[in-house]
Amino acid sequence: MNWSEFFHMGGYAFFVWTSYALTLIIVVANIISPIRQRKKVISRIKRAIKREQLQQSNE
Amino acid sequence: MLNAFTHLLIRDLRLALRNRHELANPLIFFVLVVSLFPLAVTPTPEALRSMAPGVIWVSALLAVLLSLDRLFKQDYDDGSLDQLMLSPNPLMILVLAKVLAHWLLTGLPLVIIAPLLGLFMSLPVEAVDVLVYSLLLGTPVLSLVGAIGVSLTVAVNRGGVLLSLIILPLYIPILIFGANAVDVASDGLPVRGQLLFLGAVLALSLSLAPLATAVALRITASR
Amino acid sequence: MWNWIQRFSSPKYFYSMSAVLIPWFAVGALLVGLYGLYLGLFVAPTDYQQGESYRIIFVHVPAAWMSLFIYMVMAVSSGIGLIWQIRLADMVAAASAPIGASFAFLALVTGMLWGKPMWGAYWVWDARLTSELILLFLYLGYMALQSAIEDQRSADKASGLLAIVGVVNIPIIHYSVEWWNTLHQGATVTKFDKPSIDIDMLIPLLLMAVAFKLFYAAVVLVRTRNEALYRDRNRRWVRELIAQL
Repeated sequence: MNWSEFFHMGGYAFFVWTSYALTLIIVVANIISPIRQRKKVISRIKRAIKREQLQQSNE
Repeated sequence: MLNAFTHLLIRDLRLALRNRHELANPLIFFVLVVSLFPLAVTPTPEALRSMAPGVIWVSALLAVLLSLDRLFKQDYDDGSLDQLMLSPNPLMILVLAKVLAHWLLTGLPLVIIAPLLGLFMSLPVEAVDVLVYSLLLGTPVLSLVGAIGVSLTVAVNRGGVLLSLIILPLYIPILIFGANAVDVASDGLPVRGQLLFLGAVLALSLSLAPLATAVALRITASR
Repeated sequence: MWNWIQRFSSPKYFYSMSAVLIPWFAVGALLVGLYGLYLGLFVAPTDYQQGESYRIIFVHVPAAWMSLFIYMVMAVSSGIGLIWQIRLADMVAAASAPIGASFAFLALVTGMLWGKPMWGAYWVWDARLTSELILLFLYLGYMALQSAIEDQRSADKASGLLAIVGVVNIPIIHYSVEWWNTLHQGATVTKFDKPSIDIDMLIPLLLMAVAFKLFYAAVVLVRTRNEALYRDRNRRWVRELIAQL
């Protein structure tokens, strides 16, 4: 089997490769989104800590 | 215990009967939605007959959905829901009384008016019978399952759309079997299986839904 | 026993423990997935009925399985959270929902892409596609309820109860949709049912299913860690941890 035949998928290239591309997108999204969520949570907590420290030093 | 049940039932019925115009709203909605379909699709009797079961059932389902708010909203707003939860009677029984009141005020009127809509939609007479039976078995389930949804969303601002989002998927089995029973009956075939299924779902939700609703009310009250 | 469970289910303990597990799951998912893809795309023979288009099932079927599996995980851990008040279980349930929803979505779209060459239309009201669509709605309802309630504790409990109600309903929904489907169409045969699937096709399918499971395990751990950090943001262990970062 050669490569062009492989990518051709017996005429079903569009359906097969769209499915696999979509799977890849979903997988990547599932990897990126928790990482971004983590950054957001951490920066939020850091800001909260800073705010509290400021309040304490003002008192 | 039984006493508390009947007291609560009578209280709810009495309260609802005090503003009658509101009572009629789901019913008017039901008739209105069904009569939209001949206007939107086609008024030929054959076409109407083929879509009648689905149209009537979907409209009944939406009418119940819109009226679900009535179950707990007012009690939540004026604090009597908290009173109910403090009562020594099991919350499940009280929930059952409220759901029964809700069904008597919305489900039952829908069942009673359904034959008229069957005629509107040119359903054959045998199917009108089955329409009534299927609604009689199905609408209590709509109230019971709906009660879970309302008790979860009653404290949420603008919870209406949210309520339909979480409840409608759970209504699908009732819709399938209810509409199909009517559909099959209009072809003159036996519908015992469909009605038995609806009865089984009714028995199941009668035993489980009040429990879930009671838990949900406690969750809602705990914030 | 109870103390033991309490200790191991404390978010703090979980946070340090999960850091060890995540790389293993991630690498496992990658390796198994690549091997499964290799077998599925290069080694598995062409299907005599469906041609090459059947290769979609190597992603479609695992995604569909996972969407159901994750809903079960959600319901079970919601139950644990409701009954035994274990906060970690609530976090797992909340962390699972978006992953499960994304798999349900993936199963739906790949099902449509598989259906077009088979049925000649992207969407037919096939029993499995319809059930999958309803499952997606259940996920969306759960997530909508979770985000609509401000107080975190009651949001967890309320959506947890909804997940349990949903899981009781899933068999009923599934059965009624199957039954409804057999009434309304005889022509479309679901070919996933084929009892005698070739062993060369079955192995990559199972490998992909394992890869998806490992992937879910890795992602849900990362998400649960985030939930733990956020929910415990005012507790000392989180403060100390953040200070070190």
